[in-house]
Amino acid sequence: MLQFAQWCNNSRLAEAIRDSPWIFPTLEIVHLLGLAVLGGTILIVDLRLLGFGLKQLSSAQLAAQVSPWTRAALAAMLTSGALMFTSEAIDCYNSLPFRVKMVLLLAAATFMFTVRQRVIRGGTCTSGSWIERLTGMTSLGLWTGVAAAGRTIAFW
Amino acid sequence: MVQEFCRWLGDTAWSVGLRESIWIYPIVETAHVLGLALFAGLAVMLDLRLIGLAFRGVPVTQFFARVAPWMWAGFTIMVISGALLFSSDPVRLQGNVFFAVKLLLIALAGLNAAVFHVTTYRDVAAWDVAAAPPPRARLAGLLSLTLWAGIISLGKLIAYARS
Repeated sequence: MLQFAQWCNNSRLAEAIRDSPWIFPTLEIVHLLGLAVLGGTILIVDLRLLGFGLKQLSSAQLAAQVSPWTRAALAAMLTSGALMFTSEAIDCYNSLPFRVKMVLLLAAATFMFTVRQRVIRGGTCTSGSWIERLTGMTSLGLWTGVAAAGRTIAFW
Repeated sequence: MVQEFCRWLGDTAWSVGLRESIWIYPIVETAHVLGLALFAGLAVMLDLRLIGLAFRGVPVTQFFARVAPWMWAGFTIMVISGALLFSSDPVRLQGNVFFAVKLLLIALAGLNAAVFHVTTYRDVAAWDVAAAPPPRARLAGLLSLTLWAGIISLGKLIAYARS
């Protein structure tokens, strides 16, 4: 892991990002705009699972509507995040909040594409079962943790 | 006037305490980012509905009614945490060009939303279920998207200003 971080940190790409006055801020902005879209699309489905919001649509219909946007935002966040990591890989390696964020991110993404997806597909229009509520709560909790840990990286 | 107010605010015990706190400042900033996901995220969804790019099957009025309370909750979090962040360092922010433009764009986004509500939204009944709302509504959605993207970007850039 440390070797990988060192390799990233010493790469030409990392150097190019560090040497430029505007690449890193641009990556941060893309990351933040991605957060807004990702947050919105995840939230709208999680709220539905919790029994709030757009109740005339089933969770499955809602998820089908937002999933292209969720994927696009996730792609933007992962790309910009990976590039930011590369440019300061060793600092990230040594950062506790960064490690916490990666673990939570892995958990949140895995949860999204396994349990949550299944619960959504099995969802009905009236719904509000405890499984749906628990799924919505877990998803919201994990993603909130990812965002909060991400913010904390800067303060550590 | 503004300068004097900022200098006065910056010297209050409140402001100094916030600025020098180890925990409160990061917590407020985290709340600002989480509020952003809630408010801007849902605003983007609403704008996409207005533009006709998502939720085409959902009536616009229903979408507004269901999503608006959550958006307002997010907006409240943003305004309160934003005001706290400003009060922690008013003198520096007052001279920050990104902050000034950000406030201007927020005012424009508010104006855009207000104009939309008193004009285009009045006859929403005529296009409530339309997959693609009329050009005026799509323009309002597009303007809103652009303005909020700019506001978010400027918010990030505040940290980079030299002042």
